[in-house]
Amino acid sequence: MSELAEKILKGDQRSIGRAISIVENDGRDREQLIDEIFPHTGRALVWGITGAPGSGKSTLLDGLIANLRAQNLTVAVVAVDPSSPFTGGALLGDRLRMQRHATDLGVFIRSMASRGHLGGIATATADTIKILDAAGYDLIVIETIGVGQAEIEVVELADIVMLVLVPGAGDEIQAMKAGVMEIGDIFIINKKDLDGALKLKAEVEYVLHLKSNSNESAINPVLLTSAIHNEGISETLQTIDNYLARLQADGRLATRRQQRIENEVRKIVNTKIHQMAEKHLQIDQKITQWAQQIGKQKQAPYALINSQINQLLKDS
Amino acid sequence: MAKKIRILIAKPGLDGHDRGAKYIARALKDAGYEVIYTGIRQTPEAIVKTAIQEDVDFVGLSLLSGAHNELFPRVVELLRENQADDIIVFGGGVIPESDIPGLKEKGLAAIFTPGTPIKAVIDFIESCRSKIEN
Repeated sequence: MSELAEKILKGDQRSIGRAISIVENDGRDREQLIDEIFPHTGRALVWGITGAPGSGKSTLLDGLIANLRAQNLTVAVVAVDPSSPFTGGALLGDRLRMQRHATDLGVFIRSMASRGHLGGIATATADTIKILDAAGYDLIVIETIGVGQAEIEVVELADIVMLVLVPGAGDEIQAMKAGVMEIGDIFIINKKDLDGALKLKAEVEYVLHLKSNSNESAINPVLLTSAIHNEGISETLQTIDNYLARLQADGRLATRRQQRIENEVRKIVNTKIHQMAEKHLQIDQKITQWAQQIGKQKQAPYALINSQINQLLKDS
Repeated sequence: MAKKIRILIAKPGLDGHDRGAKYIARALKDAGYEVIYTGIRQTPEAIVKTAIQEDVDFVGLSLLSGAHNELFPRVVELLRENQADDIIVFGGGVIPESDIPGLKEKGLAAIFTPGTPIKAVIDFIESCRSKIEN
């Protein structure tokens, strides 16, 4: 086992930080590192927290961490913020709200830029969870970028997803739409002191009732919080615990974890096939030539590409 | 692809004047770097632990209270104690010219005083790139 992997297993902060950079930069040693630590993963619980920009995800998390630390649980956070599509730069400001935990050795916070990935998380988030899991953190929380309607990939990585909503963002039709409203296990209406919080709660509950066919036990919890005033935090933790127990009892947690592995294996296969195709078809060199042939209507697009792929399969 | 450079912008000490720090954070983001901003009133211990968890290449410190001669070198010292002295530390704020040589002697790689064009900061960062990539 490499020295880096050994140090990660011992919880060495410098090594954990370094390892996350290796997966972010898709460094040479990434695959070996992940394979080395993999046998030591699978112990941590993974939460996802998602919601619109400025809805209070980080502040809420700050309060939740304080309570979890009082129970002696260790917590690691992966806080994702967007990268600029223009410059590639990013301003990562989530940990600003959680900085009171900065000197607590039981809390590890890593800010992560999305680097062009569109699902609300980063490409490196899945591997980062494995590193933090192997390092022994009891709980890993993924805080997504501020999402709109369709960035829902966190659901593929988390055991449970909290969706943070704030008043003033539309009527119950918004709550009925596809996308983020479908991935929440627990709905948290933050900034409950603002006008419209109770109305929003009623609307979300109404929509959830429609979804569950009024089967009471299947209804997702809807909570009111004011993260900045530390209100509703312990209720939120209690609700999360109860909901997780429910997921465990009815087998959904096991299904989710199985599904997570399947998704990941599929991604690895796809990436590898893509890399192989790039290499053998020499796509980068040939793309201009193909485009010219197609552009001048000398060749039909599917016929050309299919013949290239068939040739490749025959040769190999 | 060139390595993504990560920079922590932090304000140690007790003054709350964060306009300069925010300006730098924003400008470095626009220059294509990943910037972690942690806000005002950070202890050197919190800054160093943050730098290690975030695996940054640079720590940029901003201070306007006059405590730079104590707090800036303290960050360098703590990084060294944590085997993280490969992280480059630079500073900015209201810092008398006469204090700069002493700060550099104590491990600050650069000091930027009011009125410095942002390009000077970017040039400094880029001049360290080959060192970081090795």
